[in-house]
Amino acid sequence: MAGLELLSDQGYRVDGRRAGELRKIQARMGVFAQADGSAYIEQGNTKALAVVYGPHEIRGSRARALPDRALVNCQYSSATFSTGERKRRPHGDRKSCEMGLHLRQTFEAAILTQLHPRSQIDIYVQVLQADGGTYAACVNAATLAVLDAGIPMRDFVCACSAGFVDGTALADLSHVEEAAGGPQLALALLPASGQIALLEMDARLHEDHLEQVLEAAARASRDVHTVLDRVVRQHVQEASVLLGD
Amino acid sequence: MRPACAALKPPVQASLGPGGEHPFKTVCVLGSFRVYKVPSSDLRVDGRGCDDYRCVEVETDVVSNTSGSARVKLGHTDILVGVKAEMGTPKLEKPNEGYLEFFVDCSASAAPEFEGRGGDDLGTEIANTLYRIFNNKSSIDLKSLCISPREHCWVLYVDVLLLECGGNLFDAISIAVKAALFNTRIPRVRVLEDEEGSKDIELSDDPYDCVQLSVENVPCIVTLCKIGYRHVVDATLQEEACSLASLLVSVTSKGVVTCVRKVGKGSLDPESIFEMLETGKRVGKVLHASLQSILHKEESLGPKRQKVGFLG
Repeated sequence: MAGLELLSDQGYRVDGRRAGELRKIQARMGVFAQADGSAYIEQGNTKALAVVYGPHEIRGSRARALPDRALVNCQYSSATFSTGERKRRPHGDRKSCEMGLHLRQTFEAAILTQLHPRSQIDIYVQVLQADGGTYAACVNAATLAVLDAGIPMRDFVCACSAGFVDGTALADLSHVEEAAGGPQLALALLPASGQIALLEMDARLHEDHLEQVLEAAARASRDVHTVLDRVVRQHVQEASVLLGD
Repeated sequence: MRPACAALKPPVQASLGPGGEHPFKTVCVLGSFRVYKVPSSDLRVDGRGCDDYRCVEVETDVVSNTSGSARVKLGHTDILVGVKAEMGTPKLEKPNEGYLEFFVDCSASAAPEFEGRGGDDLGTEIANTLYRIFNNKSSIDLKSLCISPREHCWVLYVDVLLLECGGNLFDAISIAVKAALFNTRIPRVRVLEDEEGSKDIELSDDPYDCVQLSVENVPCIVTLCKIGYRHVVDATLQEEACSLASLLVSVTSKGVVTCVRKVGKGSLDPESIFEMLETGKRVGKVLHASLQSILHKEESLGPKRQKVGFLG
């Protein structure tokens, strides 16, 4: 931890951003034609792809079917070349399984599952390049993919990470900032209502600072929502132009 | 700016008449190429001839954490390959050479059946085929990957990620592997000997001081599917479902065959195998020529070129 200043005296981070500033977000919907819904997002150097299949019949044992709502099934996979050190297995390890469960919890809160009883919605997320904030990028990509698939949702789900250094809350951590070992908060927010779909925090943080960090993450998530909203509107406009309306 | 043959939505209409492309032309648009021949009376569902490929889009240097990467889009088939060069010890039976390790991940985004371990079978089959086509002395100069005999060598981990499956996986994967190896930059190292005899490996200070691999002899796979009495190149998913047997031919740019494999539940006549082999060699040479020209053209644009990736 010696030598690397995460927040300089003038208030600049390692990559030149301000404390509450997000990385550049670029996204595209409808990347793959064969899947029901797909989306790609780049948040700085983190690149994630999300593909949605469904709603369709339950695969595997019928016993898993829920009589009153749809089953949301998520898989998180990160490519072996996504990190600096080569990963041996893309998915199936504990971290990927845990991320899959987190994604499932997040989207069960947002998707109107009562509209599709006894069916299954698959959300597959693939991380192509990991530079911090992979959970947030995955949630944002998956939101766009679910919208691309036309599955009704309560609201967008926008996620962002936040940290705490030198009394200041940082939004949208990069890999360097995450690896430095400070407290990290991952937040998934439904922006219109302000409801929190998922909140996870690692490392020690004094409870006096929690509100400040949470506020920074919520503000960043709302900024992400602005970007995603613009992407969706642009996509709908392009699609309607192609249809000739 | 989209390339001219970006009509990757299904299916391409049969438009080889007026207003369609001129036959006999190898169209090399930035990052994509199309291999054409005079169409005979047998046209396929999408208007291609039996020896025609769909429009291929190739882009290198897509992922920055790797030593080399490439993305290939062949119709609805989408492949991403990342090559990571790491230092390791040479194998015991080949102490003067480095080696390649292949890993194929059939992502669940290609098909829901590939979730969890469902894609492992297909992945292992493709990886084993890649090992076989590279298992000869001339495909890659492995001696150039050696740093110090018996102690250090470069190991190239070639990781293939299958994102979307639209037929003709082997061809697309081999094109992507060749493009990724062309894009691979291995850092230049020097071995310094101490007075005590202990060796130290020194990495060059300049991050752009790299060695490029020669991919002249890297083979590409041409899959020929037997449908009825004819065989077709670059089958779509529907055509693959109709064919009982296929022949995988691995061809280098000079037309040398490095591996032949028959796949499928049906059987093939020995004469058809020879015919398919000849077609494979012919088509393979044209494929290599187009791919080489496109890769060189992309490289000549330099590091300032606009990277499209999945956003375009």
